[in-house]
Amino acid sequence: MTLPLPGPAPGLLRALPQYGALAAVLLANWLLFPDFFSIRLQDGRLFGSLIDVLNRGAPVALLAIGMTMVIATRGIDLSVGAVMAIAGAVAATMTQAGWGLPAVLAASLGAGLLCGLWNGLLVALLRIQPIIATLILMVAGRGVAQLITEGQIVTFVSPGLAAIGSGSFLTVPMPVVITAALLAVTALLVRATALGLMIEAVGVNRLSSAGAGVNTPVVLVAVYVWCGLCAAVAGLIVTADIRGADVNNAGLWLELDAILAVVIGGTSLLGGRFGLLLSVVGAAIIQAMNTGILLSGFKPEFNLIVKAAVLLAVLLLQSPALTLLLPRPKGARPPLGPPLGPPLGPAKRESGSVKP
Amino acid sequence: MSRNWLTSAATAAATAMAALLIGLGSVQAADGKLVVGFSQIGSESGWRAAETKTAKAEAQKRGIDLKISDAQQKQENQIKAVRSFVAQGVDAIFIAPVVATGWDAVLKEAKEAKIPVVLLDRQIDTKDQSLYMTAVTSDTVHEGRVAGEWLAKQTGGTCAVVELQGTVGSSPAINRKKGFDEVVAKTPGMKIIRTQSGDFTRAKGKEVMESFIKAEDGGKRICAVYAHNDDMAVGAIQAIREAGLKPGKDILVVSIDGVPDIFKAMAEGEANATVELTPNMAGPAYDVLVAFKKDGKAPPKWIKTESALFTPDTAKAEYERRKDAY
Amino acid sequence: MTPYSPQPSAPLLAIRGLSKAFLGVQALDGVDFTLRHGEIHALLGENGAGKSTLIKTLTGVYRRDAGTVALEGREIAPRGVEEAQRLHIGTVYQEVNLLPNLSVAENLFLGRQPMRFGFVDRGAMRRRARAVLSGFGLSVDVTAPLGRFSVATQQIVAIARAVDMSAKALILDEPTASLDAQEVAVLFGVLRALKGRGIGIVFVTHFLDQVYAVCDRITVLRNGRLVGERRTEDLPRLDLVAMMLGRELEAAAHRIAADPAADTQAGTDARPPLVRFRGFGKARSVEPFDLDIRPGEVVGLAGLLGSGRTETVRLVFGMDRADRGEAAVDGRTLRLRGPREAIRLGFGFCPEDRKKEGIVGELSVRENIVLALQARQGWLRPIPRRRQEEIADRFIRLLDIRTPDAERPIQLLSGGNQQKALLARWLATEPRLLILDEPTRGIDVGAHAEIIRLIERLCADGMALLVVSSELEEIVAYSRRVVVLRDRRHVAELRGGEVTVDRIVSAIASEPVPAGPEGAPA
Ligand SMILES: Nc1ncnc2c1ncn2[C@@H]1O[C@H](COP(=O)(O)OP(=O)(O)OP(=O)(O)O)[C@@H](O)[C@H]1O
Ligand SMILES: [Mg+2]
Repeated sequence: MTLPLPGPAPGLLRALPQYGALAAVLLANWLLFPDFFSIRLQDGRLFGSLIDVLNRGAPVALLAIGMTMVIATRGIDLSVGAVMAIAGAVAATMTQAGWGLPAVLAASLGAGLLCGLWNGLLVALLRIQPIIATLILMVAGRGVAQLITEGQIVTFVSPGLAAIGSGSFLTVPMPVVITAALLAVTALLVRATALGLMIEAVGVNRLSSAGAGVNTPVVLVAVYVWCGLCAAVAGLIVTADIRGADVNNAGLWLELDAILAVVIGGTSLLGGRFGLLLSVVGAAIIQAMNTGILLSGFKPEFNLIVKAAVLLAVLLLQSPALTLLLPRPKGARPPLGPPLGPPLGPAKRESGSVKP
Repeated sequence: MSRNWLTSAATAAATAMAALLIGLGSVQAADGKLVVGFSQIGSESGWRAAETKTAKAEAQKRGIDLKISDAQQKQENQIKAVRSFVAQGVDAIFIAPVVATGWDAVLKEAKEAKIPVVLLDRQIDTKDQSLYMTAVTSDTVHEGRVAGEWLAKQTGGTCAVVELQGTVGSSPAINRKKGFDEVVAKTPGMKIIRTQSGDFTRAKGKEVMESFIKAEDGGKRICAVYAHNDDMAVGAIQAIREAGLKPGKDILVVSIDGVPDIFKAMAEGEANATVELTPNMAGPAYDVLVAFKKDGKAPPKWIKTESALFTPDTAKAEYERRKDAY
Repeated sequence: MTPYSPQPSAPLLAIRGLSKAFLGVQALDGVDFTLRHGEIHALLGENGAGKSTLIKTLTGVYRRDAGTVALEGREIAPRGVEEAQRLHIGTVYQEVNLLPNLSVAENLFLGRQPMRFGFVDRGAMRRRARAVLSGFGLSVDVTAPLGRFSVATQQIVAIARAVDMSAKALILDEPTASLDAQEVAVLFGVLRALKGRGIGIVFVTHFLDQVYAVCDRITVLRNGRLVGERRTEDLPRLDLVAMMLGRELEAAAHRIAADPAADTQAGTDARPPLVRFRGFGKARSVEPFDLDIRPGEVVGLAGLLGSGRTETVRLVFGMDRADRGEAAVDGRTLRLRGPREAIRLGFGFCPEDRKKEGIVGELSVRENIVLALQARQGWLRPIPRRRQEEIADRFIRLLDIRTPDAERPIQLLSGGNQQKALLARWLATEPRLLILDEPTRGIDVGAHAEIIRLIERLCADGMALLVVSSELEEIVAYSRRVVVLRDRRHVAELRGGEVTVDRIVSAIASEPVPAGPEGAPA
């Protein structure tokens, strides 16, 4: 048996629960619906259930990208759903008022940045606890969006804006392309610079990091601003997709899905180490599940229960306490007799170092 | 639920101030005009805004003095508004209740002041039916029935339907399904092949319809989609179009509510029918009120509004007529 | 004193063949340990020898891989602090694990609050808390949150809690690391009393004087193995150090005994100071003080706990903002707005509370070492991974940090090795002024000597050092000047030949020197 090495475990091995869960959910979908993996071209655009998973999962994946970094700093951003609504409202209202696409995009993303800045300042400078600081915008943000649209669904006609939601690039749906691009940019931003290290350091121990010279307020503001931007992009996609800003429903409760995606992806709510790609995988797991439920033909009354059960299974797979239920290493408790069986799957054993 | 915290804070202050101003002046119009206080839920949807607008227009038509108080989705604001109407001594109080329970106390106050109360658009739960004069609401079961009957007639009674339900457990979703199911039950060739919740929203309507199309052989096995509201239908139309099918032709679209956007879709040939949930709830209420004031004739406890069906031939005109009301 | 003598057939605690491995580290390897009734038993060894692990495995915080533990002949397998407590074994871990947001009294009685009519009897709890603490010579507001108090006070509260609850055995892991001489004397008084009642005490420390002051017996561990058990009177100090280090200690002993006089020649005073403070201070923290530090100079800060030593260095580093006076670096007056500013000026600072303010626990040793350097370069100029590894490896070797590799999370290192890694963090930035608050706390004899030697070498290279330490001999050994503090005020500055333990002590105490040993190594 190969022993997990100390230090950073090989990426794939550490991510086994996530990829395993994704594979399992996809497999279950395939069993429920044999055409699940079939893909064809439709009007120059990939078309199939698997594509739906990626396409519909894009907003939560985008939120999860921003949320991952916020959570890595030991924060949380409850306002992302409301920020989506604001960004969508800005885009739809301005388009309806006749503004051009560049101005609309700039204003909408700008609104997201501004929201992020607000959150970041509350957390970093006023030192309000993140859950409370962002709760303010979560509650007020939707009101702001309602003020912008005057409480109505603002629809628009703009092929350019609509393309962001339902267009395609080289046959791949635009939301998927945008998400991939933002993931790449974000990964580059944090991993090709020292930002990632600083985010993790701040999340693990803000005092120590500040003492070592890390500019903690700037790091904190930066992650909330980026999170706001990601939320604005998600809001644009949702709005562009239905060609209208539905502020009462756009992004409603999606902050919870985003947090869930991050947690499924293995980033701890206590901050520290984070994995962007795995959060996106987490979002994909959630959406694969949603799409699976829709395809399955279950009664809608079961949706939430099925979802909860699957999530519980995924999270249990990652639970550190689960390793306690596994057979103990040999010799731990002599009276217990021999171990009950080989340890399951990737669960790490505490002992097993090879003596020199 | 407190969705819009900031706005509610602002308008709560504003309503309080308005109530104060109204309270100062004597309300009983000197010229014998009827004075009606209307506690509206808020303006969370286009339909709600239209209801308010129509209430004003219908009041003007009849020479009634209408005072509207916006509750910002909060029952406590509604209760405050009713109390202030009682204090002002209005001739009648209209309430569009945000929730079904918790009204007994304040309605008793109105009853003691001998002010008749009319519920608009939604019912309440109470043991004491005498607390209100009447309720003007649509018959949501009937709406589902009308949609189903139209579809049965249109398809000659043979149709594989997919259904987009409203929010699971909400009463319009339950009732609109019930009415439609009644028609399905008595039409042998009609069948609901898939049903899922689209949460009354465009985005979910689109997502669910996408999966229905995939699940039913690229949509080939679907004859029609029945959506519990127009918003989901609008989302479904987009999904049908993006799957390379023609909404309104390859797949028929029938829904309920009658919001402007569905008339637009019908005018463009992408939707086939909608059952109107009329925003004119106040009109019938004024009529029974006037009658009651004149000869004390008590109206029935439930006044059902008409559930009119609209089809593409009148869509353009209907759209023009409505687009400003919403 | 008359020893307690119930003559039980079995020893109080008998540990046999205890083993515990972590990934890549055999922290304990078949260790035997015996604690008898009515004895104080020192558990000694270098940093990383396995002392803390032995304690945590014994009380069930870690699951043991092999071995048995018997309490008065009966085998036990507690699964954590609470269960151990129910068996009347009280423990104070090296990292105090109390709840900073709760009051002192609540921390003392958590889980066993005095009850009345089904409610916590707060009055009784407060009274008993005051009584218990006064036994330790501590009179504080027991209703104030514990986090407000110094590490030392927190340590005493933790000890008091454990003492109050342990009817049979008391285990203390480096309890004296942050206590001053008087507090240590009080603690020893308590320990002797407990011993008289037949309680067995395990005492982990790196202060050899304390071992010889109170312990009856000594067990030494090295690299997770038992080296031996001796009666204290049979084990001369030099032999003890040899047992711990596993080598002849001439070199180490020589270093410890470095001649203080050699280092105290004046003559560099003519050089312009690197930093210069005038009337620098902060209300309710430290009275305004003047201080110059020249390149290549070690300035020691001495004084009792709470005398303003830590507050002084925190002001100098900008961790706390001074509200009066002025600071100048290289002759240029400036405002110290925070650690980032200080680091830009070439300052470095190892704080006293390394767990809370020093290490970034989950991150690797490598990341912890490069953190300050990286922060100074800014996030846009990342240090390449290869370079980071070079830096980390260099300091791991230089400071002899005991870790299987640089990628291990720093929180898994033993306390002393964490301290060395923090030192490495600052050395990597090549600071001009390095501020060390209790740098040798929790560090074993060997490493202790190494750190002192390192300090000397650094200042020979032109680095200025400002060092806070409770160990006066240590301060005397390397300081060119010593600033003495009392009651948040700089009361004396000793230089050259004046730098002696006696002079420091008499400056600390306006009245005659307090009785009791000052913890001087031989
Ligand atoms: N939780 C853990 N996981 C992995 N390794 C650990 C853990 N705790 C301790 N170790 C390792 O076990 C060894 C023994 O550590 P331990 O803390 O027992 O030393 P110690 O004797 O108490 O040292 P010190 O005097 O520095 O406190 C060290 O190499 C340490 O890195
Ligand atoms: Mg230790």
